[in-house]
Amino acid sequence: MRKFLLQGLTSRPLIEAAPLPADPAVEELGRALQARLRGGLGRSLTIRAVDAGSCNGCELEIHALANPFYDLERFGLHFAASPRHADVLLVTGPVTRNMAEALRRSYAATPDPKWVVSAGDCARDGGCFAGSPAILGGVGAVVPVDLHIPGCPPSPTALLQGLLALLERAATGA
Amino acid sequence: MDLTPLSNADLRTAPLRRDHCTLSDWSSACAALDAGRLTLLALWGEAAAVRMALLDEGARRIGLLTLPAETAFPSVGRHHPPAQRLERAVADLWGLVPAGAPDARPWLGHGAPYPFLPVEGDSLHQVPVGPVHAGIIEPGHFRFTAQGETVVRLEERLGYVHKGIEALMTGAVLARGAELAGRTSGDSCVAYQWAFAQAAEAGLACPAPPRAEHIRAVLAELERLANHLGDIGAICNDAAFAMMLAQCSILREGLLRATATAFGHRMGKDVIAPGGVSRDLTPEGVAAIRAALTAVAARLPRLVALYDGTASLQDRTVGTGRLSPALARQFGAGGFVGRAAGRSFDTRRSLPYGPYAELSFVVPARDEGDVNARVWLRIEEAQASLGLLDQLLSGLPGGPVQSGLVPSGPAEGIGLVEGFRGDVFVHLALGPDGRIARCHLRDPSWFQWPLLEAAIEGNIIADFPLCNKSFNCSYSGHDL
Ligand code: SF4
Repeated sequence: MRKFLLQGLTSRPLIEAAPLPADPAVEELGRALQARLRGGLGRSLTIRAVDAGSCNGCELEIHALANPFYDLERFGLHFAASPRHADVLLVTGPVTRNMAEALRRSYAATPDPKWVVSAGDCARDGGCFAGSPAILGGVGAVVPVDLHIPGCPPSPTALLQGLLALLERAATGA
Repeated sequence: MDLTPLSNADLRTAPLRRDHCTLSDWSSACAALDAGRLTLLALWGEAAAVRMALLDEGARRIGLLTLPAETAFPSVGRHHPPAQRLERAVADLWGLVPAGAPDARPWLGHGAPYPFLPVEGDSLHQVPVGPVHAGIIEPGHFRFTAQGETVVRLEERLGYVHKGIEALMTGAVLARGAELAGRTSGDSCVAYQWAFAQAAEAGLACPAPPRAEHIRAVLAELERLANHLGDIGAICNDAAFAMMLAQCSILREGLLRATATAFGHRMGKDVIAPGGVSRDLTPEGVAAIRAALTAVAARLPRLVALYDGTASLQDRTVGTGRLSPALARQFGAGGFVGRAAGRSFDTRRSLPYGPYAELSFVVPARDEGDVNARVWLRIEEAQASLGLLDQLLSGLPGGPVQSGLVPSGPAEGIGLVEGFRGDVFVHLALGPDGRIARCHLRDPSWFQWPLLEAAIEGNIIADFPLCNKSFNCSYSGHDL
């Protein structure tokens, strides 16, 4: 193990430059956040991921955000184990009937001020599962959504763009 | 028990006949399952019938039984416990009641309050976990009953991500069916789309061109490799060895990027479609994949040495979450869960399809059935995939990648593909208009989830994440 750690000291970091926030995401977010933002968050956001019915594809890319290429913690973004510690709920999937109550409770357990980011095409309007009686629709059908990140699944870069946009707004609006 | 005459060879190329079986066929199948002569491959409902796919592992043959049923059918789970959850799902989705079933509670339907199994005994306490878990994973509920720290029973409650996929399939055109199949369990999108395509191509007796089959295998092995690497890291991370996760995720990311370069999507989603593949593999794509594979081949042995040489990590994985070979065999557990516990079944070798019959690869197997064995299985399968990808990329045949398949009906076919987690089974029936009349997708997790309940018994609750990750069952693939 020592060899591994020493090599880590001498090799170049893999980390990528921060992606620029995508314009549509910033736009969509701007109005929603300005109206709702209260109090300072510093330069950090704590995220609670909630799978409300996804196929698990979106989760894989959310996981990838933590790998050394994207390393989201360098932006002050990190994932919490409980919605009670979160500023942001990152919700994936269409909301299934069987998960609606759990999502509502996660939202209620998140302290104000809070934001909801829906990630993945399913989370917008049910995506390819729209119309199924087993789902209620997109995330917006159950809790208010501030920002949507499209993709099936959204790439880590797309997720990062969306979350950074949220962070910028939270910092400047404070 | 005489299986429907489907030989190993014609399974994926021949349309299925739709013969009804008698009640006595059904009961002799139950007896054969009970005696361990046959393995249950799938059990599902449709309008006015219940169907069962059976595997004769010795003869390498699959049989299909169709029992007409208006409101009820004789329970299989009564004789063969692995069928119980499948039957409960049939009751939820089709209203067909398994008569005499030992467990009549709903499974995928969550309308009413759910009675958990009663527990009796001294100093027991219960720990409910989920559906929303602490990590970034799918939702499900685990009810632990513990004595002190030791788990005496785990009861799973699933169905939270039930999306009604099979209902959406009905009436859909093939392309839409393929889209849904690829979104049944996102981590296995390639395996699902291949199994779905296989079922369509078998039903229509219109095989995909050899080049398309090769490209499919490239995608499938990339999927397997990426998932194994990600999970080896994640298992070690659950034993608080974060460095392994970081190192493995670098390799995984390299593979996903190469897949994106070669196929336009990081996970290769929507490349496989009935009739072939939607995108040919270019020399640039091959080069990108080769470069990522070279990186994996160079780094993997060092990561394996790191795993093998870290005593504190082994202390957590060796002997933890042990699954007995008898249970693995009874449940027909596929993938590394079964192969780490003595059940050496791999569709690619036992019922070969696509290019696998011509390729040389080892199917690793172990008997210990603990977390360590499952980690080693993943490592050895990852190494085997590297070898397979090398053969596949060097031997890509020329020719078209589309067969020009025209959906027509009525037709029925079966698909069975080895995903990273185990065998994905698809049964597809097309109506006279060529649209999907019924499609059933059976995730390998159906036969692995119940075994997790058995494997955790006698372990401490704190080791559950480790055990759970070493199984890594799909919630979405199971909940449909
Ligand atoms: S957006 Fe795509 S990857 Fe995400 S949950 Fe939906 S189907 Fe799965």
